[in-house]
Amino acid sequence: MRHGKYPFVIGFLFAPIALYVTFVIWPYAQAFQISMTNWRGLSAPQWVGFDNYRRLLDDGAFWKAVQHHGVLLLALPLITVAIALFFAFLLNVGGKSSGGQRQGVWGAKFYRVVFFFPQVLAVAIIAVLFQMVYRPNESGLINGVLMKFGLEPILFLVKPNLALWSIIAVLVWQAVGFYVVLFSAGMASIPGEIYEAAEMDGATRVTLFFRVTLPLLWDTLQVAWVYLGIAAFDAFAIVAVLSVDGGGPDGATTVLAMEIYRNAFVYSKYGYASAMGVALFFLTLTFAALTLRLTKRESVEY
Amino acid sequence: MNPQSTLPPTPAALPPKTGDPSGPAGPGRKEPRSEVRLFAGLGHVALAVWAVIVIVPILWTFLAAFKNTSEIFSSPWTLPAELRWENFGRAWTKANVGRYFLNSVIVVSCSTFLTMLLGSMAAYVLARYKFWGNRAVYYLFVSGLAFPVFLALVPLFFVVKNLGMLDTYQGVILVYAAYSLPFTVFFLAAFFKTLPSSVAEAGMIDGCGHTRLFFQVMMPMAKPGLISVAIFNIIGQWAQYQLPLVLLSNAKDKWVLTQGIADISVNAGYEADWSGLFAALTIAILPMIIVYAVFQRQIQAGLTSGAVK
Repeated sequence: MRHGKYPFVIGFLFAPIALYVTFVIWPYAQAFQISMTNWRGLSAPQWVGFDNYRRLLDDGAFWKAVQHHGVLLLALPLITVAIALFFAFLLNVGGKSSGGQRQGVWGAKFYRVVFFFPQVLAVAIIAVLFQMVYRPNESGLINGVLMKFGLEPILFLVKPNLALWSIIAVLVWQAVGFYVVLFSAGMASIPGEIYEAAEMDGATRVTLFFRVTLPLLWDTLQVAWVYLGIAAFDAFAIVAVLSVDGGGPDGATTVLAMEIYRNAFVYSKYGYASAMGVALFFLTLTFAALTLRLTKRESVEY
Repeated sequence: MNPQSTLPPTPAALPPKTGDPSGPAGPGRKEPRSEVRLFAGLGHVALAVWAVIVIVPILWTFLAAFKNTSEIFSSPWTLPAELRWENFGRAWTKANVGRYFLNSVIVVSCSTFLTMLLGSMAAYVLARYKFWGNRAVYYLFVSGLAFPVFLALVPLFFVVKNLGMLDTYQGVILVYAAYSLPFTVFFLAAFFKTLPSSVAEAGMIDGCGHTRLFFQVMMPMAKPGLISVAIFNIIGQWAQYQLPLVLLSNAKDKWVLTQGIADISVNAGYEADWSGLFAALTIAILPMIIVYAVFQRQIQAGLTSGAVK
């Protein structure tokens, strides 16, 4: 590393840093500042201190959104991880063991390929797809069948207490395959001898799963939980496209990203929208710190 | 690489029991063969059901794309009476799906190229050169992973507006690249660190400059890592929805596919052109199936690369 190291280093770093600071760091820094103003885009912003934050506390839509993040934060990881773990276990160690090597069930490869596919599609496209699936009349995939059998159609997206769960179902539909592949990679690195030894001691599939697979997969599970938690704090594309009038009916599915977008680009309340953005940032950060803390435990060496 | 020879069975490696009263000995006394069969049987049913849940909505969309509106309403579960290719023509030209598709290709190919070029340059320097401020720059990039994009949305809109790049390709391309840098730098820096330094040293002795060394020696060596991140970025940027929604809102001729299809779905109700919408969805989904079928292994590796690290 001799001749002209510094010109080279600076030359290589200049463009990436310039781009990154202009479009990422600078806006992030400004967001905190704008959140302390009553800026509406036309006149110069006026400093209002913590007024926007005080108003947030009385904003019903904001609390509804926070509440929905709470539901998403519990339901999305729990349901997705449970289903994905079950399938990953079946696909990797569910079959019979031959010659000491544990095998997945028949067709494991096919299932893995099919399950993963929704991950490749854009969430906005999936949202349009499920708008069709959930349609409330004969033209919907689900209600078309129900009405053929003379049943009442289910108003998936219109009923306030059903709408959020209909959206969570779509998120799970998309995510499961990704985590099946992720957990499969983790399970593949667990040595077969451990299963063999456990089986010699008379362990069943269920015991194997809870006593061997699960503890040895802990690190991967932690990653999955953080990923799904971050996804639960976004959910903009799915809510914006799939739900009735962007977060409806009557705010029953709204999320913070939706409220930020609406306040900023529909009502031009830039200061207020930025305060929501800051709130979202601290919620995300708290979640990540809590998860890493709560799930911290000795990882099992093997 | 053979675990059988390197690792003796070590029951000590098993996690400690957690006080479950039934213990592993209880159910273990059952007839193992029937247990295996029952488990595998139930498992097969569950797997098959999930495969159906994944495949049916997509297949149903493809079929509906060939129907007309009355068929969509009267017989959603039957095959189309005839193959109405004109639905696709209508979606492609009248509903502008062709335009949106082309826009997505233009934006994503440019932004991914830019992301990979700038990301690998920064990652390489940060991973393999010692200089004052190295760590600070590295953490500046990586800290971007912790921030939600929505925090920046309002100021970002005005930054792009003040640069005169609102409703332009270059605006979205630069923003996509900028927001892809944290992960790209994080991943590639780790990757460049694993490459052996002997080749680089040999190159230096032969009088190879830093820049040539990077493009002609290190880049080819880092190919597997570069491919993984490139796939990750292509799929992520192709799926972008909120950024183009904010940055391209007034330029309908530059809209990307996600934005366009979402807009068509809003209008389909007013114009009652449901078959056109299904055709548009098919046009958006089918290429992804083909690409996925060909590059299935690389795509799975690329998308999970961030988590496995």
